[in-house]
Amino acid sequence: MREAAYMEDAHAPTLIESRRDPTNASLNDIIPAGEPWLGVVCRGQTFRIVDIEGNQAVDTLFFNAANSEERYSASDTIRSQGRLYLTTGTQLLSNDGNVMLTITADTCGRHDTLGGACSAESNTVRYALEKRHMHSCRDNFLLALARSGVGLTKRDLPSNINFFMNVPVTPDGKLTFADGISAAGRYVEMRAEMDVIVLISNCPQLNNPCNAYNPTPVRVMVWGPD
Amino acid sequence: MCAMVSDRVPDQLLWEEHLHSGAHWSGLVRRGVRLRITDLEGGANVSALFFNHEERLERYNMADTLKAQHTAYLTAGHVCYSDMGRVFCSVIADTCGWHDTFCGVSNAAMVAARFGKTRFQEQRNDYYKNGFDSLLNEMGKYGLGKRDLVSNINFFSKVTADDAGDLRFHVNHSKEGSYVDLRFEMNTLVMLSTCQHPLDPSLEYEPRPVQVSAIAAAPVAADDLCRTKCPENTRGFRNTEMLYA
Repeated sequence: MREAAYMEDAHAPTLIESRRDPTNASLNDIIPAGEPWLGVVCRGQTFRIVDIEGNQAVDTLFFNAANSEERYSASDTIRSQGRLYLTTGTQLLSNDGNVMLTITADTCGRHDTLGGACSAESNTVRYALEKRHMHSCRDNFLLALARSGVGLTKRDLPSNINFFMNVPVTPDGKLTFADGISAAGRYVEMRAEMDVIVLISNCPQLNNPCNAYNPTPVRVMVWGPD
Repeated sequence: MCAMVSDRVPDQLLWEEHLHSGAHWSGLVRRGVRLRITDLEGGANVSALFFNHEERLERYNMADTLKAQHTAYLTAGHVCYSDMGRVFCSVIADTCGWHDTFCGVSNAAMVAARFGKTRFQEQRNDYYKNGFDSLLNEMGKYGLGKRDLVSNINFFSKVTADDAGDLRFHVNHSKEGSYVDLRFEMNTLVMLSTCQHPLDPSLEYEPRPVQVSAIAAAPVAADDLCRTKCPENTRGFRNTEMLYA
């Protein structure tokens, strides 16, 4: 059903596959459902995120490893490409207007950067006051940063990317959390144009369809530099 | 510390400021104050960020604002959320109809590429300003910097997306005299810049001036438009009231 609807969409993006061999990857990590991940990807390396079981939102931020005040900027990225959604060819821009990474392959076709990260506090607003105790992406981000010693804090959490998440905006300005367009094994791959710290929360949200109500593990891989 | 508004008459004008074209401004707007921003000539853009005056780590959150209200833009009935599930301010009146939330601000490179390079040395105060540096300027006065410069609101600007997500900037969206009324629900540090919208296709550097008027707000009624807009906002107001209980 999902596949059929996707194929009929006149605006369906082109899906670009990668020729990289997973057996050659210098890093091949699983991020369990609901957990954070912090790593460094160097300039010229290729970074891949695999949606292993399908429909898993991967909340992601990038920081310039040499100067963390330079970080991913959703607004600059959207404005620069004149388009809301991210896919192959999208340049992920920093708040200084520099290209941090370029998406080079994408078998999902559309990724969100408007929806941000879930938090205990926003869960109380969006769902119910009793949802405060539930695990959230911001808690993942905060704990990963606090443990890491990289010197980043809550101040350093701007709007993020949600890989594999589908948040369509209608022409009349409505924003919806739609069923995912991702599926098992789909991936997105990007080339780092500078050394970046990668901060990920493998989203634990159980209250909306962004993870198909069933958070699952994802894989991260690194190749190169070529 | 928190100014009580009980001795004020609702609708009483507290102060006014004229913001020049391309100007930047900041100030403390307390809970219970209605801030009216008026587009004096038409075609204005006002980039805005909000911070909790008492806890500056708490700031306007674009994503939480959009998600809670299932909207990609702001107009009357919407509220501006902080990252802590609270309401900085409510849009209680709006004659413009659409305010952009996701395009960010212009920067120095963009302005120089489009309009040419200018310097104070030759142009004096007519040198070309950009939104990024303007907001940084104001934020620096409170110890805030690049780390705090998150996705902002662009009042009076309309940008829509088609089904593929391609953006369109609507020229001449805001008319002369249009205004937006923000009723503040928290003691808020407000940062403003009147630089042009980053997607404004004009080849001329022509930011527009606005008038900012602070007015004593009437108490928030149980059936308030913004509070009752959706169950999410009712909970957002509840969270905000906890802070001032």
